[in-house]
Amino acid sequence: MLLAIRMTSPPLPAKSFRQIPEHLACAPNDKVRTNPVMQPTASGELYLSIENLWKAFGDFLALKDISLDIKESEFICFLGPSGCGKTTLLRAIAGLDLQTKGTIMQDGKDVSSLPPSERDFGIVFQSYALFPNLTIEKNIAFGLENAGRSKSEIAVRVQELLDLVGLPDQGKKYPAQLSGGQQQRIALARAIATNPGLLLLDEPLSALDAKVRVHLRHEIHELQRKLGVTTVMVTHDQEEALAMADRIVVMNHGVIEQVGSPTEIYREPVNLFVADFIGEMNQIQSTVIEGGRLSVGEKTFACHDHTFTDGDLVVAAIRPEDVIPHEDGYQPSAQNQNCIDVLLHEMEFLGSFWRCRLQNERFGQSELIADFSINAVRRLGLGAGNNMVIELPADRLMAFERPEVG
Amino acid sequence: MSVSSTELSQLPAGPNVKGKLSRDDLVMRGGMAVIALYLIVTLALPLYTMLSKSFSTYQVQLSQYEFQVSDEDGIYDGTIFTGTELNNTTGVYDHTDLSTGADGRLPVSKFFPDFSFRSSVMYQLRNTAEGGRFLVGSTLHDSTEWLEVDSNTFRRVQLRPVKARGIDNFVNYFSTPALFNSIKNSLWISLLSTVVTVSLAFWFAYALNRSCMRFKGLFRLVAMAPILVPSLLPGIALVYLFGNQGMLKELLFGASIYGPIGIVIGSVFFTFPHAFLIISTALAISDGRLYEAATSLRASPWRTFWTVTIPGARYGLISAAFVVFNLVITDFGLPKVIGGQFNVLAVDIYKQVIGQQNFEMGAVVSVILIIPAFFAFGIDRMVQSKQVSSLTARSVPFEPKPNSKTDSLFFVYCSIIGLFIIGMLAVCQFAALIKFWPYDLSLSLNNYQFDKMDGGGWGSYFNSIKLGLLTAVVGTSIVFFGAYLVEKSNGFLVGRAAFQMLAMLPMAIPGMVLGLAYIFFFNNPSNPMSGIYGTMAILVICSVTHFYTVSHLTAVTALKQMDREFESVSASLKQPTMKLFSRVTVPVCMPSVLDISIYLFVNAMTTVSAVVFLYSPKTSLASIAVLNMDDAGDIAPAAAMGMMIFYTNAAARIIHLIASKGLLAKTQAWRKR
Repeated sequence: MLLAIRMTSPPLPAKSFRQIPEHLACAPNDKVRTNPVMQPTASGELYLSIENLWKAFGDFLALKDISLDIKESEFICFLGPSGCGKTTLLRAIAGLDLQTKGTIMQDGKDVSSLPPSERDFGIVFQSYALFPNLTIEKNIAFGLENAGRSKSEIAVRVQELLDLVGLPDQGKKYPAQLSGGQQQRIALARAIATNPGLLLLDEPLSALDAKVRVHLRHEIHELQRKLGVTTVMVTHDQEEALAMADRIVVMNHGVIEQVGSPTEIYREPVNLFVADFIGEMNQIQSTVIEGGRLSVGEKTFACHDHTFTDGDLVVAAIRPEDVIPHEDGYQPSAQNQNCIDVLLHEMEFLGSFWRCRLQNERFGQSELIADFSINAVRRLGLGAGNNMVIELPADRLMAFERPEVG
Repeated sequence: MSVSSTELSQLPAGPNVKGKLSRDDLVMRGGMAVIALYLIVTLALPLYTMLSKSFSTYQVQLSQYEFQVSDEDGIYDGTIFTGTELNNTTGVYDHTDLSTGADGRLPVSKFFPDFSFRSSVMYQLRNTAEGGRFLVGSTLHDSTEWLEVDSNTFRRVQLRPVKARGIDNFVNYFSTPALFNSIKNSLWISLLSTVVTVSLAFWFAYALNRSCMRFKGLFRLVAMAPILVPSLLPGIALVYLFGNQGMLKELLFGASIYGPIGIVIGSVFFTFPHAFLIISTALAISDGRLYEAATSLRASPWRTFWTVTIPGARYGLISAAFVVFNLVITDFGLPKVIGGQFNVLAVDIYKQVIGQQNFEMGAVVSVILIIPAFFAFGIDRMVQSKQVSSLTARSVPFEPKPNSKTDSLFFVYCSIIGLFIIGMLAVCQFAALIKFWPYDLSLSLNNYQFDKMDGGGWGSYFNSIKLGLLTAVVGTSIVFFGAYLVEKSNGFLVGRAAFQMLAMLPMAIPGMVLGLAYIFFFNNPSNPMSGIYGTMAILVICSVTHFYTVSHLTAVTALKQMDREFESVSASLKQPTMKLFSRVTVPVCMPSVLDISIYLFVNAMTTVSAVVFLYSPKTSLASIAVLNMDDAGDIAPAAAMGMMIFYTNAAARIIHLIASKGLLAKTQAWRKR
């Protein structure tokens, strides 16, 4: 099952660089770079539309002019460090914490000022929030009551949901008698019991231990596909977001930094924050010179397209898995000037690949980190203390604005 | 701040989004408004009325009256005297005569030295200002027309005072040594009792938490017993022990138990459980790792005690001190029984109101009594809010190690305290069963024939049970629901903060003060609720309000442990919040709900101070009967009734325990894994 999901969903954890074939690299997309609030790429009707949302807590602005469109059946992840406003945005969509300004349209209806009970959503919290004194059955049935359903109808629906989340015979137990992962599945069953149009997940996996988390994230993902319910999940775990989302909304300091599919976010980050927050990224201080090339010391590199002008101070960035290893004394072709001699300072065996720390006086004090496949290391006979040549492929070497110091 | 204000300036212009209130929001705010209104009507308004009463003075305004006198033929020479002129010439009334109470009356015939009621001289008088008042016989005249009366009628003319605002009452109070000496008395009695109780309770709690002596459970039980009796019961026991015909009178070497000695001993008795509970909690949560560190650093036990134990328990000690101080200074029953000629503030209120019918002065003493009580309360709250953070999740509970020497020392100490507590109760029980102390020591149940005594008889006992049950049911419902609304509703921050403040207020208000405030507020004929005066309803309301704060805090603590998101989940499932409340919140919080009800029941059974002004012959209470029978000299029946309260409360506690266990088994099955 775990394998299946890897195959069907393009996003991959940062560390499994071997599994990203080079042909998957995306072509540059200027639109993404200039307009972080991108229109949805998934097919389907527009379901949720957030326009110019602001939220102030006292003097603090938690959300600044957020606009976002979500299509029907999409799985959206809000991803960002703690305090970035992702949970605030989710709670605004639910009506639990009303936004200060801005509108939210759900299914063609303006829900901006409606209380939660008059909106259409199911929600799952990190704490599960299962009612401790009610059995699992009664927990799931809680939202089904008072809606004209007969007792037997409710019982049938509850059993259906228990089957759906894979806990068919746990109905008579109390929440405290289940494991964390089981409890979260019950919370999910309770949230979807009434067939809401929108499913909101507030860090649903954060309270679980690592193995359960991976397992359950796959199940939630599959369930979402099966039900086709539009889903918004808040998470601070990039791996989770990459594995589950159709589109990821990367947030920081109350603004959206980038919206895009997991591959877009990973391969084509629009700025250094996104690049650094998702996956790992080597950062080298450099300057733009004529022809858009980047200079690091006296050495110049060709790089991915960018919009900087000559003399701009930038950060050159490349992911560890994008560094290509060559043997010592390797002579690149005349066109390829992106090769550089380095000292292989340290090697760390991480199971499926080697993490290598590379030194060159042009990088200053910092070391360049590169992940080399076991094959490559064996083929080139690499070892700590060796000299070698590495290539920073032009289409993987990106230039970003330098962050303001302080 | 400058940074954040520029942040806010980024907000686009235009109105903010205003949320529509759901039906649940409206229900919850409505409910909160109702309970807030309850607290305003039963607490804030009566207190305000009392405060204004303490500043209302009654002055006879002599300048507002004019008089004319005829000769013996009934002919007036046209001379008009004002009351002031007449008083200046004759000097019959001085300042204190003129500033009088609401019922003050001033005869005017004394202004005329030649007055004789048989004379044929005629008199005319009038008010010069609107609102002036004088009586002829019992007829009130407030017009400015001249009124002619003959001499015989004139002797029945009395001037009535006019209501005014001022600090005269306070000036009066502080110029009467008999009154303001009580402040000093109250303060030092409370301080002394506090020091004694806290020291005794500390070592008792220390023994129970930090030693391996035997019978800890029994000692804990005994220590809590005084909570079950009215504070005047130890007074009665002391009378039997050290009174004029006391069993152990010689031990006092001629000193009298009636006075400060009796009050302090009795206060130590009835405040002991409160201090013990607080200090015991503080000692129980201390971190065992600190002691391990101290041992590994080779610190002496003495040094460890002062550097680890005392600092760890300091908040508990301070808190206990203020609670005890507050209990003693506001207590009325004990000094009433054993205080003798030694005046304290709480008894002064009673004496002024019941004895002298001087309500204004009662209000003044009340205002003065509130000040130290308020102060103690405020500091206690401050200290308790600090204590919360002292324990971390990684703390390790302290495990005492057996030490035969100190263990037996502590055992002896605890036995002495335990004997003191049981002894006091036993003396009362013994006294209740003796025919006529000290002359006829044969056993009898005569003292239980309450119907033959002053104080309301068995009826008052059953009234007390009724009051206890009603207070428990009504109070628990109001308090828990109110706490839920304020804890779990959305938005409306100002309203919720105001509600919290209102809920904390009763703790700072002494019972006597609350009772007196109720008289002023509810006994006013122009108050539409004056109908409840003298009924069971006002006693229930008064008790619920009096004991509101502790109940509220218990409920809030329980509710805070509930997941914050239950309400969100329920709303997302389109279920009414009240369904969540009844299906989940109440069952989960059932242990706390039961704790609140037993707390209210026990306190309603034992309270004297708040209800002493409010009971009527039909609604006399057991605790009041104890007071009244003691007052009437029926001390043995008073002891008997006091012990009835004890047994009832003990039984209630046992029922509470059984009910909790049974209920827990049913509703808290989920707690078991």
